[in-house]
Amino acid sequence: MAKKIPEINSGSMADISFLLLTFFLLTSSINTDMGISRKLPPPIDPSVKPPEIKKRNIFTVLVNANDQLLVNGSLGDISTLKTKTLEFLTNPSSDPNLPEKTIRYIDLLGNIEVSKGVISLQNDRGTSYEMYIKVQNELTAAVNELRNKLSKEKFGKKFEDLKSEAKREAIQKAIPISISEAEPKDVGGIK
Amino acid sequence: MARFKKEGKREIPAINTGSMSDIIFMFLFFFMVITNMREATLFVKVLPPQATEIQKLEKKSLASSVYVGEPMKSAMYGTEPRIQLNDQFAEVKDIREFVEKERAARNEIDRPLLSTTLKVDGNVKMGIVTDIKQELRQVGAFKITYATRRGKAKSDE
Repeated sequence: MAKKIPEINSGSMADISFLLLTFFLLTSSINTDMGISRKLPPPIDPSVKPPEIKKRNIFTVLVNANDQLLVNGSLGDISTLKTKTLEFLTNPSSDPNLPEKTIRYIDLLGNIEVSKGVISLQNDRGTSYEMYIKVQNELTAAVNELRNKLSKEKFGKKFEDLKSEAKREAIQKAIPISISEAEPKDVGGIK
Repeated sequence: MARFKKEGKREIPAINTGSMSDIIFMFLFFFMVITNMREATLFVKVLPPQATEIQKLEKKSLASSVYVGEPMKSAMYGTEPRIQLNDQFAEVKDIREFVEKERAARNEIDRPLLSTTLKVDGNVKMGIVTDIKQELRQVGAFKITYATRRGKAKSDE
């Protein structure tokens, strides 16, 4: 007659797994990295002259050391920056002082008006990072709103919900994030 | 009357704890999947500013972090914002080496996809951030992400 194998006591198994669980809880963090993505321009070649851009195609945003805004030559505020950017990028009434538009053929979208506008963002060394992010955030918000609008119109979905890479690319081509950051300079003294 | 009398002591059956470990293991795996290990001990205070237009980082393994903020032990290191790379304080010029090391550690296919996450405290002045950005441009690490928290950005104090 075969001997009966005694049952393995698994009561302590729960304790062991609890221990592991607490270990992982303590050493890990849930928060995922979120942020605003940007692409830096390649270093400037001093022998190449920068391309001329018409004045009407530039939207200058200056942030000084006291976190004050100068939008297109006049004192601005963070709360109106988004509407101003939207107006600049869309140019709804084809104002001669606002940027030109060119008709370009883009896959999946067909012929579409693409704004030639460039946002020029300049900041001082003394500008606080918080303010800088606020400005970046408002500019991105304007672009995102336009992208969502176009995406809804063409594909019936918000831009961020688009699954197809080709569709995303098409929208990105139609409404590029054209933020040019000037070479750093000191305005407003050293802080 | 004897009919109602209990017949001896009634024993409460022991609760079966055999499946307890399975449940806990399930928890364990759940946490292991949704979390990530803390990659570095922070020496600087970093509280990123809030923003609304944020996107998730696509691939975490392809991102390297640069921390900038006031040192935690301000009595020892002062209150001037410092840069932290990996596990130590660094200068702006150290970024070149840092990026090159990060590049060397990745596959050749992944190298162009590498991005740098700037985790900067909200109170830091842009000067140091601009220096870092210039250095990154020189090295050719063009993809950057400004780490932010989700929240209202418009509220002006």
